[in-house]
Amino acid sequence: MTITDMSLKDMAIGLEEKQFSSQEATQEHLERIEKLNPQLGAYISVTAKEALAAAEASDKRRANKESKGPLDGIPMALKDIISTNGIATTCASRMLENYTPPYNSTCWQHLEDAGAVLLGKLNMDEFAMGSSTETSYFGVCHNPFDLDYVPGGSSGGSAVAVAADMAAYTLGTDTGGSIRQPAHFCGVVGIKPTYGRVSRFGVIPYASSLDQVGVLAKTCADAGTVLGAISGKDKMDSTSAPEPIPDYAAACTKGVKGLRIGIAKEFCAAGIEDAILAELKRAVEILEREGAVVEDISLPHTEYALPAYYVLASAEASSNLARYDGVRYGLRIPADNLHDMMIATRSAGFGPEVKRRIMLGTYALSSGYYDAYYNKTLQVRTLIKQDYDQIFASGFDCILTPPAPSAAFRIGENTDDPLTMYMQDVCTVPVNLAGLPAMVVPMGLNAEGLPIGIQLIGAPFGEEKLFAAGAAIEGPRIIPPLDI
Amino acid sequence: MSQYLTTIGLEFHAELKTKTKIFCSCPTDFAGDANTHICPVCLGLPGVLPVLNRHAVELAAKAGMALNCEVSKFSKFDRKNYFYPDLPKGYQVTQYPLPICRNGWLMVKDEDGNDKKIRINRIHMEEDAGKLVHSGSNISDSSYSLPDYNRAAVPLIEIVTEPDMSSAEEAKNFGETLRLMLAYADISDVKMEQGSLRCDVNISIRPQGQDELGVKVEIKNLNSFRAVYRAIVYEEMRQKSLIDNGIPIVQETRLWDDAAGETRPMRSKEDAHDYRYFPEPDLPPIIIDDQWMAEIAASMPEMPDAKRKRLTEELGLSDYDAGQLIANPPLAHFFDALYAEYPEAKIAANWILGDIAKLMNSTEKEYNVVPLSASELAFLLKEIKKGSINNNSAKTVLEEMFDSDKKAADIIAEHGFSQISDTSVLDSAVAKIIEANPKPVADYKAGKQAAIGFLVGQVMKETKGQANPGMVKELLEKALN
Repeated sequence: MTITDMSLKDMAIGLEEKQFSSQEATQEHLERIEKLNPQLGAYISVTAKEALAAAEASDKRRANKESKGPLDGIPMALKDIISTNGIATTCASRMLENYTPPYNSTCWQHLEDAGAVLLGKLNMDEFAMGSSTETSYFGVCHNPFDLDYVPGGSSGGSAVAVAADMAAYTLGTDTGGSIRQPAHFCGVVGIKPTYGRVSRFGVIPYASSLDQVGVLAKTCADAGTVLGAISGKDKMDSTSAPEPIPDYAAACTKGVKGLRIGIAKEFCAAGIEDAILAELKRAVEILEREGAVVEDISLPHTEYALPAYYVLASAEASSNLARYDGVRYGLRIPADNLHDMMIATRSAGFGPEVKRRIMLGTYALSSGYYDAYYNKTLQVRTLIKQDYDQIFASGFDCILTPPAPSAAFRIGENTDDPLTMYMQDVCTVPVNLAGLPAMVVPMGLNAEGLPIGIQLIGAPFGEEKLFAAGAAIEGPRIIPPLDI
Repeated sequence: MSQYLTTIGLEFHAELKTKTKIFCSCPTDFAGDANTHICPVCLGLPGVLPVLNRHAVELAAKAGMALNCEVSKFSKFDRKNYFYPDLPKGYQVTQYPLPICRNGWLMVKDEDGNDKKIRINRIHMEEDAGKLVHSGSNISDSSYSLPDYNRAAVPLIEIVTEPDMSSAEEAKNFGETLRLMLAYADISDVKMEQGSLRCDVNISIRPQGQDELGVKVEIKNLNSFRAVYRAIVYEEMRQKSLIDNGIPIVQETRLWDDAAGETRPMRSKEDAHDYRYFPEPDLPPIIIDDQWMAEIAASMPEMPDAKRKRLTEELGLSDYDAGQLIANPPLAHFFDALYAEYPEAKIAANWILGDIAKLMNSTEKEYNVVPLSASELAFLLKEIKKGSINNNSAKTVLEEMFDSDKKAADIIAEHGFSQISDTSVLDSAVAKIIEANPKPVADYKAGKQAAIGFLVGQVMKETKGQANPGMVKELLEKALN
């Protein structure tokens, strides 16, 4: 077994037992990235020099018995939407190609403080707008199970890096499914925690009321370890939550005996791939066998979630992306006057999907349309939240659903058809609208050899139960057939 | 204007006196070098988030209390979206449907000197924008413009009145009253010349007998209430002459040119932005619970009405003196400080409204506070009372204190101003003057009371002005009777 194959947990044990050093682990990862990244496109930038320096510092700490814990010296990577002081953070956009933040995001600061070794910044859909990592200015990202397929998005690079052992774990962001759908497509664990669980400070916003940082990892326990490290109230983020941080890794061993789990019929309607429904059935069998009670439930407003999400997210995005005007940082296309400079800069700096959503959102907020669109989505959002509140109030611990209508699709298959692309998010967006935690756990492969995952949705700050149930249905890791 | 009615509403922006900006910990002092008081947050770098300054909320609530508003227990922020290089995020964080204060009013004098209640629609909190320094005179004729974000995200309140004013005089009176209230509430520096208080005018005119309001014109760039007054008078004439000539009034924003004494078009309604307001998702609502509200109310300084009552009813000042003090907050604050150490209200008021007011007015400088130590002035007044310095010398001491940090006692010593109250010294001077002036002495003895004044003057001259004149008069009378 090579170091890169290992789970975070095993890697931490290896470091602690001096089977290998952080520098060796880092070097192995860097070599693997060098080999695989040209075909996979998971990394936008690789920070080899900084990574080796951090690894060396970690090894010194460990030698001095000053190790900072299970994340110290572990090579990992960040979605390129998470600000890193002194390291370019592009959001996969031409607009920010030359932008280097002068400050750290809180989530990265937590990991850096815990001794994490940052290998680089990961590919994504431009400004996190997409479900396939095809809208990146820095090139398409490929699914390691079949290079002709997409890895999902927007955190495609984060999922691929974990699936292909190019990082022990990664952080992603999830606004409408951007961690969970790629986790499903790439056969890794992905958790989007409760809104407010992880600080958004320093995370470049797409839709502020929906965005949440989360973890992609090889196992549920690994994801739990990392989530615990990045969670908590941040004085720099007024929307972050003060709730205590449980031991999520420990929650993975709690078992599911007595848990009440709901299956929502609205999620299993026509259009879901048979292989996914089969894995869902298998998950139910495992959970029942382990002592959970599984019952059918109804979330009646589910069908309105997708349009509401696209109106709301686009509205917020149209405002969040207004700061990219060529004045202070990032791209500037010179022109004869201010107005033309701004237009030229934004025309050249943003790709078509970003422009589409800015236009959608601008329209939805325009006077005369506000009530019909934006206000209506707020009402829908309240109804959806009430659906979930009722289920959890009536004693359910979590809800089991498909993560997406299908397994990974082919690169280019949906690029000319935004609506079909948007349908990818039908199973994931209700969770963001309701601000709930949700996790995707890999279950197996379909007939084409593409991974299938299952989604678990929890009550607000009910992540522990997700980890308990997730670990119960989690099988051995699904390894992509990479030929290197 | 008799055949036309004027309708005026005012909008004010006041910078709140917080130490730090509204959403970050940068200092609000934006006088330093360009772009020195900035950080990732107020620069709007990708990924930053606002954190609300509690003190700004308290000052905005106090402004509401000073202007008789209802202060909301629940209010929230919204985004106002527009592109301009001085706006780092491409939107301004402000309050739209749920402002922090509503439904206020102020009583002001109308044109005829009668009290009139002017309603205040709302007060909302928002962040200021940065400043552009143009290479030319404005952005369109400049080869380049440089943004300075020191002022970006300095906390502001916007105060919006109902269109309740009907003349330039009323608008000016309202503005001055509002400025006074904000000064007493101690929430803003309220300096129009420096922009810590800004005023925009909305004005329309309509023929007598017409119910429907005329077309509204907004006037900006008003740097004093005198400018507000002049701009309204100008605009009334301009609009009247348009109507008289059958030319329709255009709904637009106009800029006041103080030097030329006229308003000029700035932008028309067609250029008006659609600001696409929507709730700011990065900030939770502002919730002022009962306890916080009570703390804010308890921190309200004494406001003019209460002060007037205290100065006249408790301290016995005349309405006139009390009014003079109250109209000038630095003097009124100094009066309170002085009275605390020298509790003779009338004498304290006379010094402040006389010599000190004169000194404050005689320099170019604008004072927020009286540049004097109340304790030092109290010491000086006590010396006068004791008879150890006379009034004229004391005025000289005061002037020197005003211009320096010297202590009163040191100045008195330097000038040898200590007044002679030692009867043994004065007795010999009095005897000498009586001997040298037989005629006035005889006149006085013959019943010509006025002659005593001449003799007092001679003793003062003899003692180089340092004698205590009251004692000299007493001693002369004793010697001559």
